[in-house]
Amino acid sequence: MGLLSDPNRRRALISLLVRLNTPISVVCYFAGVAWFMGLAFEPFTLRTYMSENAMGSTMVEERFPAGERALASGKEFSAHKKKVGGMPVDWLVKTMQDRGLEVFTQRFSRTLPFPDENKERYMVKGTNVYGILRAPRAPRTEALVLSAPCSPGDQNNQAVGLLLGLAQYFRSQIFWAKDIIFLVNEHDLIGMQAWLEGYHHTNTTGMDWSPLQGRGGSIQAALTLELSTDVITSMDLVLEGLNGQLPNLDLANLFYAFCQKIGILCTIQGKLQRNDWDSVSGYSHSIQTLMMMVMKQASGRPWGDHGLFLRYHIEAATVKGVNSFRQYKTDATTIGRLLEGMYRKLNNLLERLHQSYFFYLLPSLSHFVSIGYYMPAFGLLTVILLLRVSFRIFHLEVSSPGVLSVLTPLVISHLTGAALYALPTRFQEIAVEHFPVSETEAVVLTAIAVYTAGLALPHNTHRLLTGEGTEQGWRVLKLVAVLYLAVLLGCTALINFSLGFILALTLVPAAVLVTPHRPKVLTAFTLVILSPACTLLFSVFFFQELQEMPVTFQEGWLLYLSVISQGILDHFLYGSLVFPLIALLVYPCWLLFWNILFWK
Amino acid sequence: MRRGRGLWWAWFGGAAGAHSKEAGSSFLGKMAAPLMLILILAVTIRAALYRSNLADLIAERVEVVSPLTAWKRVVEGLALLDLGVSPYSGDVFHETPLIIYLFHFVVDYAEITFMLADVLTAVALYKAVKEYNKQVFRKQKFALEADRYPLDCLELIRTPKEMYYIPLKVATFYLLNPFTILSCVAKSTCALNNAVIALFFLATIKGNVLLSAIFLALATYQSIYPLSLCAPALLYFMQRQYIPVNYRRASFWWFLAQYAFIYLGSLFIIVGLSFFLLGSWDYLQSVYGFILSVPDLTPNIGLFWYFFAEMFEHFRLFFLFVFQINVFFYTLPLSIKLKDHPVFLMFMQLAVISIFKSYPTVGDVALYLAFIPVWSHLHRFLRNIFLVACVLLACSALFPVLWHLWIYAGSANSNFYYAITLLFNVAQILLVSDYFHAFLRREHHLSYGLYLKRKDGSEATLVLK
Repeated sequence: MGLLSDPNRRRALISLLVRLNTPISVVCYFAGVAWFMGLAFEPFTLRTYMSENAMGSTMVEERFPAGERALASGKEFSAHKKKVGGMPVDWLVKTMQDRGLEVFTQRFSRTLPFPDENKERYMVKGTNVYGILRAPRAPRTEALVLSAPCSPGDQNNQAVGLLLGLAQYFRSQIFWAKDIIFLVNEHDLIGMQAWLEGYHHTNTTGMDWSPLQGRGGSIQAALTLELSTDVITSMDLVLEGLNGQLPNLDLANLFYAFCQKIGILCTIQGKLQRNDWDSVSGYSHSIQTLMMMVMKQASGRPWGDHGLFLRYHIEAATVKGVNSFRQYKTDATTIGRLLEGMYRKLNNLLERLHQSYFFYLLPSLSHFVSIGYYMPAFGLLTVILLLRVSFRIFHLEVSSPGVLSVLTPLVISHLTGAALYALPTRFQEIAVEHFPVSETEAVVLTAIAVYTAGLALPHNTHRLLTGEGTEQGWRVLKLVAVLYLAVLLGCTALINFSLGFILALTLVPAAVLVTPHRPKVLTAFTLVILSPACTLLFSVFFFQELQEMPVTFQEGWLLYLSVISQGILDHFLYGSLVFPLIALLVYPCWLLFWNILFWK
Repeated sequence: MRRGRGLWWAWFGGAAGAHSKEAGSSFLGKMAAPLMLILILAVTIRAALYRSNLADLIAERVEVVSPLTAWKRVVEGLALLDLGVSPYSGDVFHETPLIIYLFHFVVDYAEITFMLADVLTAVALYKAVKEYNKQVFRKQKFALEADRYPLDCLELIRTPKEMYYIPLKVATFYLLNPFTILSCVAKSTCALNNAVIALFFLATIKGNVLLSAIFLALATYQSIYPLSLCAPALLYFMQRQYIPVNYRRASFWWFLAQYAFIYLGSLFIIVGLSFFLLGSWDYLQSVYGFILSVPDLTPNIGLFWYFFAEMFEHFRLFFLFVFQINVFFYTLPLSIKLKDHPVFLMFMQLAVISIFKSYPTVGDVALYLAFIPVWSHLHRFLRNIFLVACVLLACSALFPVLWHLWIYAGSANSNFYYAITLLFNVAQILLVSDYFHAFLRREHHLSYGLYLKRKDGSEATLVLK
């Protein structure tokens, strides 16, 4: 309290802060970035360990024998799929019934707000088939889910085959204390959304689905299986869910532990882990893995069918079989044993997974960075904003420049943001009528048009009401904008660290740099480069680079357009928050800085 | 200095003296239009929010409604009453009998009732603050005429120009405060409690002992804690009627007895009336027992829930006493320190109540925040106001975020939410103590001069230790 109450010390502190403001800001920025880069350095990270007692100490013996048979039923499934031209509902129902499950189906239909060009769908109709294996040893109040998507073409047939094989094998065992639900969902996430909404009696996205006829207990955990080849070289774990939510780390630990035990190569972000952390290539390998995770998490979209479970408080992950043409091969029996082991351990759970971390980043499967380690990187970036605020405060005179001159830009930039949110989907029909574009292009181009129009619109809006803008006016506006940005980034980083961090990386320098007195063209250029849309563009290229699939500018631009349309679709289909966050809050906040630059 | 002195004589001796009477009527005429405008704006915002689908969302927020004030529970109580069952028979309803009978008649017009309550509060505060400003001004004039202020304090003297808009600002601060709007849209009965307290404040400022005591009784009946507001009210009346605050004087005790008699009498009548309305004493346990023994540990913006959720059962009673006494603990020292400034004491008390009460909501916070413009002349002495304002703002944004992480995403836990609650309350306490310090410091300067000198003649600074 001495600092707060003793005026002499306060004055000393303030003068120190004011004098050293710029150097401290620069140091903080680079320290933040360096901290983040350091997160992938193995000595700074923790080894993963199983926190959940119920899953840790018990021994499980995996005996699943029927890999070949599973692959055969996968082939059968694929033949029926081809014959029906979609989900072979009748065959699946019959096969599941033969394996002794209680089988139910759910029909659903959904018209997308605009056609999805990546997956070529607009009016979606489909059926989910699921079978419940009732728990013989407990009162059926809890359940586990194993799901496999029924994808178009030749994909994931093996996954469905393995699912059926596991169902048959699990049926013959007596130690299940939780219902096990085997779900084959059509149209990937849309089907999953319909099933989850049906299961939990909610309807958040206005989708049509028939109510579920049969239910198990409350779902404790779920795994989604994706297998597309008979020959698997490694298993990949996908954790990132809707809005950047992650399942409890114990689920990843469980997967890792069984892969180690059974001897399966396991990867995360498609990258094997290496032991040479002290070499440069080893470090760059783990930082790439970490950055892939950050980019995926920041996108806020579900990266596998498991992504929607997380919203319902269900720990879920996607397990993907990958054929990367290595020497090392894993057959379907081994993967079946892996899943059997995981389900046996999940079956032992006494309560939901909650012991381990929910906020983490993974530089490799065996090491993790917890929230306490990565938050300082973000904290160092926001400290700059707070320093700027304190700096502004002590430079402000007592006289206030009138509420209107600050309120007008605020209101106008938010209206622009609201337009960016609402117009693209509303105006697609008009755009399609008048311009030679498809609906999807119309939506994306309208969004870009509104975004660009926003740059032209709000300059000097304060002058409409209050006449000439004053020196004091922009200082107050900047103060408000910087504070706004600090709170906004803080809240974003709490929900989705990666998104908050990436936005902070670009918006913090923008916020610090901008004043009306700098050379206009240069600053305007910098500001545009640092704007959210350009951040997204760079992220697209960077992500491709990380995946070791570099693209030319032309391809990158097309990818960028499709990413925008996917982001908007994710919002309307599954309720992802990234698009509204950017449109309604981040973009208006950035416009405020733009406004300051052109303050007259 | 000479010139300055001449100036203020022109201000106060000449202009203000001539102003004081005639200004009264035109004052109201001039100010009524902006007040009307703000009232209309406030009602429009509320009406629009009632119609939007945000209303249901807001009504569920734990920051906005507490188990004591939730509208859902009022509806439940009404349903029970209609069925002929005592509304207190379950563990859901905790409103007082008068409230349930009020809503028994106006339940179809609930939205209008809540908007009216807000408007009533704002108008009462407006009128009260206007009256208070007149008194402050008059007192300042007398002090100036008596040459009581040191010469270098002229810049601390308040001018009619800056005081002119204060009542309007108070009304605006109350009506357009997002906290009040949220509270009103959620139909939290906190709005009614605020209205009663505002009326009590108005009656007190107008010098009406009878109404003041009655409204205080009503406020106490509603939520117990306003009981501690009797100290500022008494001090105010005594100051106004020139009764010395001295326990050796008979007039002091006589006034105290009068006030206590009216207060207890009306409280007795209200409590009796409640008994006859329902025909049972159930409500005492359900309302006051509920407030005092804090059985419902639903998270809110207060300090009780986490603490009592974590505590071992056998310490519970002890800490209940500690926490509840804490609310009333500050009354005596504050009253002694602020003996001559009862209205500021009232502000402090309201703040203390809303910070430390057992089920606080943002509606309670809004009530004392409305008083902030009254102390706008203290701004030059405030030290952390900006920091505190930022923290309050950030906390308000973080409440829903952490709630989401805890309840919906399941990834955070109660500690995260409580950390923000704690920060929110620390910021409130800093805010209040900052105002307290600024107020005392201004008073100090008014008696010792603005530019303090050390004994050796060098410039001195005031340090709070």
